[in-house]
Amino acid sequence: MSAQADAAEPRMSSAALAAAADSPVQPRETRLSVWGWVGQVVRWVLLLACTGLFLYPIVWLLAASLKPRGEVFDNRLIPQTWQPENYVEVFDQLPLLAWLGNSVLIAVLAAGFVTVSSSLVAFGFAYFRFPGRNVLFGVVLATMMLPGAVTLVPQFLIWNQLGFVGTHVPLWGANVFGSAFYIFLLRQFFLGLPRELFEAARIDGLSAWGQFWRIAFPLSVPSFVIVFLFEFQASWNNLQGALIYLNTGSATGYTVPLGIASAMTKYSPESGGHGDYQYVMVAALIVTLPMLILFAFGQRSFIHGIATSGRTG
Amino acid sequence: MTTTSAPPGAREPGAPEPAAPKPKPKRPRMSPMRRREALNGYLFISPWILGFLVFTFGAMVYSLVISFSYYQLATDTARPAGIANYQMLIEDPKIATALGNTLFCAVLAVPLEVALALGLAMLLNTVRRGAGFFRTVFYLPKMTPTVATASVFLLLLNGSNGAINRGLAALGIDGPAWLLDPAWVKPSIVLMTLWGVAGTMVIFLAALQNVPKELYEAASIDGAGSWRRFWNVTLPLISPAVLFNVLVLTIAAFQIFDQAFLLFHRTTASGSSDASLFYAIYLFEQAFRQFNFGFAAAMAWLLFVIILVISIIQMRIGNRFVYYEGGER
Repeated sequence: MSAQADAAEPRMSSAALAAAADSPVQPRETRLSVWGWVGQVVRWVLLLACTGLFLYPIVWLLAASLKPRGEVFDNRLIPQTWQPENYVEVFDQLPLLAWLGNSVLIAVLAAGFVTVSSSLVAFGFAYFRFPGRNVLFGVVLATMMLPGAVTLVPQFLIWNQLGFVGTHVPLWGANVFGSAFYIFLLRQFFLGLPRELFEAARIDGLSAWGQFWRIAFPLSVPSFVIVFLFEFQASWNNLQGALIYLNTGSATGYTVPLGIASAMTKYSPESGGHGDYQYVMVAALIVTLPMLILFAFGQRSFIHGIATSGRTG
Repeated sequence: MTTTSAPPGAREPGAPEPAAPKPKPKRPRMSPMRRREALNGYLFISPWILGFLVFTFGAMVYSLVISFSYYQLATDTARPAGIANYQMLIEDPKIATALGNTLFCAVLAVPLEVALALGLAMLLNTVRRGAGFFRTVFYLPKMTPTVATASVFLLLLNGSNGAINRGLAALGIDGPAWLLDPAWVKPSIVLMTLWGVAGTMVIFLAALQNVPKELYEAASIDGAGSWRRFWNVTLPLISPAVLFNVLVLTIAAFQIFDQAFLLFHRTTASGSSDASLFYAIYLFEQAFRQFNFGFAAAMAWLLFVIILVISIIQMRIGNRFVYYEGGER
């Protein structure tokens, strides 16, 4: 069997070579067999089916946000009665503007701080030799494996001692000190920069800070964008943190995820609401839109960042 | 200036004895240049050292102390509790329920996520035109905030007039009461998770694109059909990505919170049945609704140990099958 295959190989490859020489730049599609065509058709049917399944809930959401109360549940993708007024009324119904403001502020602070601090720390690990460096970097990697649940309670108690529970500070405060995952990601990136650049700069008398600010920083903007976008998204989505730190305060201090969670309860008939789910739908769409815009502009960064770092969520 | 300012290294979390400063053998004195370099290094990483000492290491020690005490939030006092909190882990039947639910979800979700993500990635990998478009579409759910996903799925999964059961009815299938039937609560959560599978898919896609084309050609010439090519070429070469995804998805499954909270646990009243009581949900309830911080801390440590053990088992098993091309890449 294998001997046969071995014997067949040179003959086949020379035939393939001859074919390639005859038609050097023929696209492969033209030589598809019947089975090839069937495969191609199946493939496209599958792709379009998946596209439908993945898009359906988003289209459904868009449609539902434009319907009057009685029709939210009717599953039509094109509303029977158009009610774009929902988008105006929702701002009277829910303090959505305040929520958006809080969410934007927290996300910008969280993402901004974590990008700056993680890049400083990553630069320290990448370019300076100091005793204990490898051990400390091992600790950075180890903390990446730590489930968030383990530090949930003590971190709450720490913020409580500091008197920050009920404020926005706990939702971005820890980011001032960098985050293990981003430190790892940025260190990898810094190590990819040519070392000679820094050697030359050092010989020319550039300080350590200068090496970071004048050389590493301008070269690393794309990876900073990845870190910023990742953290912005994580912060924008952060429901648990808001539940823990903001739930006791007034509704105007909520972030959007916490606000929508409270709205889901407010309008649900079980808790005495009137089922005005169209407002929840509008709010859900409004919280999604910034992420879609972010993705439209930063798609390459997102996909590249995930592919190289393995971050999934 | 000495350089003993390094914080305690990766010590085992279970053993928080104060670091006994070992008198290290004196290193040869560093040159002034090296000393400046080291100082700069410490300066650059100082934010992380500070954060680690307070928010990670400090928090873990604090958590361990709390788990052995009864903590009163109002008065900020802790009385020693011995191992009472850990005993409660065994005595409280809800712990077993929550662990069972969580394990069930993980066992159901992780293989499905891996299979679906790999299938989608392979599908995308064979498309030449429009791959970017489809990748974008598949990725959109991942960009949708969980709170939006949950509020849509709450209505899509409605047993009587939800779109999913309408769709199933069109196929002649009588759909279940997803959110009300205890048997279907966990599949509902898994379904929501599967909708956002694109993050895993992107990792597989990157791995697939690293498989050298020549290997497929060689396999074809040797007469390997598409199944053999997948089994003997693709799978071994992307096995590091498979292991990685299994590890990450399992850890995530054990901490599942947002979807379950939004669908079933927004209020204590809607506490539904035990079917949706996941470990992270119960931990949250104990800590931030019942204010049993000691018990919650003990719960967190149990979760930590479980995740650690499962990860180690997965890595042990995985390393037997994972093929690393020429060691490090």
